[in-house]
Amino acid sequence: MLKVNNVIKVFNPDTINEKVALNGLNLHLAPGDFCTVIGGNGAGKSTMLNAIAGVWGVDQGNIIIDGVNVTRWPEHKRASLLGRVFQDPMTGTAATMQIDENLALAARRGQRRGLKWGVTAKERARYQEMLADLGLGLEGRLTTKVGLLSGGQRQAVTLLMATLKEPKLLLLDEHTAALDPKTAAKVLELTDRIVSQHKLTTLMITHNMRDAIAHGNRLIMMKDGRIILDIAGEEKRNLTVEDLLAKFSEASGEEFANDRMILG
Amino acid sequence: MLEYFAALDPMALLRACPGGIAQGLIWGIMALGVYLTFRVLDFADLTVDGSLATGGAVCIMLIMDGWNPELALVVSFAAGVISGIATGFLHTALGIPPILAGILTQISLYSINLNIMGKANQAINVNSVTLNFTSNVNLLPRTILIVAICCAVLIAAIYWYMGTEQGSSIRSTGTNAQMSRAQGINTNVMKVIALALSNGLVALSGGILSQYQGFADVNMGRGAIVIGLAAVIIGEVLGEAILGKHLNFWLRLLFVVLGAVIYYLVYVFVLWLKFPPDNMKLLTAIVVAIFLATPYLKAKYFARSYGAKYLARVMGRKKEG
Repeated sequence: MLKVNNVIKVFNPDTINEKVALNGLNLHLAPGDFCTVIGGNGAGKSTMLNAIAGVWGVDQGNIIIDGVNVTRWPEHKRASLLGRVFQDPMTGTAATMQIDENLALAARRGQRRGLKWGVTAKERARYQEMLADLGLGLEGRLTTKVGLLSGGQRQAVTLLMATLKEPKLLLLDEHTAALDPKTAAKVLELTDRIVSQHKLTTLMITHNMRDAIAHGNRLIMMKDGRIILDIAGEEKRNLTVEDLLAKFSEASGEEFANDRMILG
Repeated sequence: MLEYFAALDPMALLRACPGGIAQGLIWGIMALGVYLTFRVLDFADLTVDGSLATGGAVCIMLIMDGWNPELALVVSFAAGVISGIATGFLHTALGIPPILAGILTQISLYSINLNIMGKANQAINVNSVTLNFTSNVNLLPRTILIVAICCAVLIAAIYWYMGTEQGSSIRSTGTNAQMSRAQGINTNVMKVIALALSNGLVALSGGILSQYQGFADVNMGRGAIVIGLAAVIIGEVLGEAILGKHLNFWLRLLFVVLGAVIYYLVYVFVLWLKFPPDNMKLLTAIVVAIFLATPYLKAKYFARSYGAKYLARVMGRKKEG
């Protein structure tokens, strides 16, 4: 479903701030793979997601989604194949627009936007049901401005938007990192539900090792713009945090020193 | 002092009001255009100082050429659309920051407007053509009615358009461009469309204004952005004060037009007070600066008093409970 081949991305080339963010990255995901991504700060996790989403072009290599080479596609065009949820709850929604308007924008991903109504009555009825399914008290609040919602509610709405039109690939960039633990757990539970319901191919970055182990069928660890650890299947199911730490020092030749990831 | 007040003629003020209303409504169309960029798209577009005059120049030259005045306005609108596209191109395709992109188009339009007119200003003989947007004192009520109808139609059209798929995409681009791209919206195209429509309205307003005053001048748009902003801000402050939460989108547009009318009535009033006309732009700029600064200063210096109010309310509730 996703093929990332030898991708290189260098920020600020030829300056003193030069940073090789992706250094010959390779990643293949099979249809239905739910892959969690962990790694320290600056390992290239978000950069990988942004490269796949097309926020900017990559310097080398290519990116193939569902058999289509999208390496030269602009961000808005790639959106037809992708669903995205961001770390900051503010990023995923238009704050000054209503919940139904936000959902309707997402429902038209990949379509031409013409002079038909932005939201139809039929759509509203459907959104109403979907919001009720979330169980976050959003039903009956279709015309509420999204800016008035809590962070958790906004992330839930963003998740709904990302999956409303079934994406070939769902990109979750630490989408629970800005939420309190209880809300984060709820949004993760919702993520699991939606992903398994639609059998979505998913890449989920997390700072929390336990979450990375508990969710998905595959786990990758990144360091210095490459994948240094790739665990799937039976091995992934039996994984513990201790195993993961041991594997990390084995793969990278250094101790894992990031409290946030171990404790998170 | 007494002499000063004795010299003020209340009847003169009353006589000046219809003209102020007519001009205010004409500038209201321009303010609707400014609203589209400044508020909906969140793009401070300085093109308007040039495109207003372009609209006027095109309209006057075509009328001099024997064109139907209304048909000339359609061409004015189209000329504005092209100006907006130029700014949009500079910003989206060439990566020039919004304000600079607008200034570049504006300054180019100054030369273009001189080329259109052949000199700094051109007048039509208002007695030889029948104009619907005339400033003829006897026909002024009719002019006011016609411009008011134009404003109503434009408000309805903008309201409808902003509710469509395309209009929603423009709104989301103005609110959150990153999210819009993630939802597959080509934010560059949306910016260009909004700039085109905005400047189309501004040039239409310029065309009507040139018919109203009977001439076009290369400087007629100087400071137009400030007047447009004044109208938007006066309208919003007033609308929020009167309607509060009930101020929905179409009422907001209506209040923007009313803001322009109020601006011109104040203008008429201040002139009547014998305020030197040379200083009018200075006065306008000060008023706009005060209104723009108010939300910022309020948040900065009155936060504590809000806190006190909130506490008082909570304590009051506790007592009641």
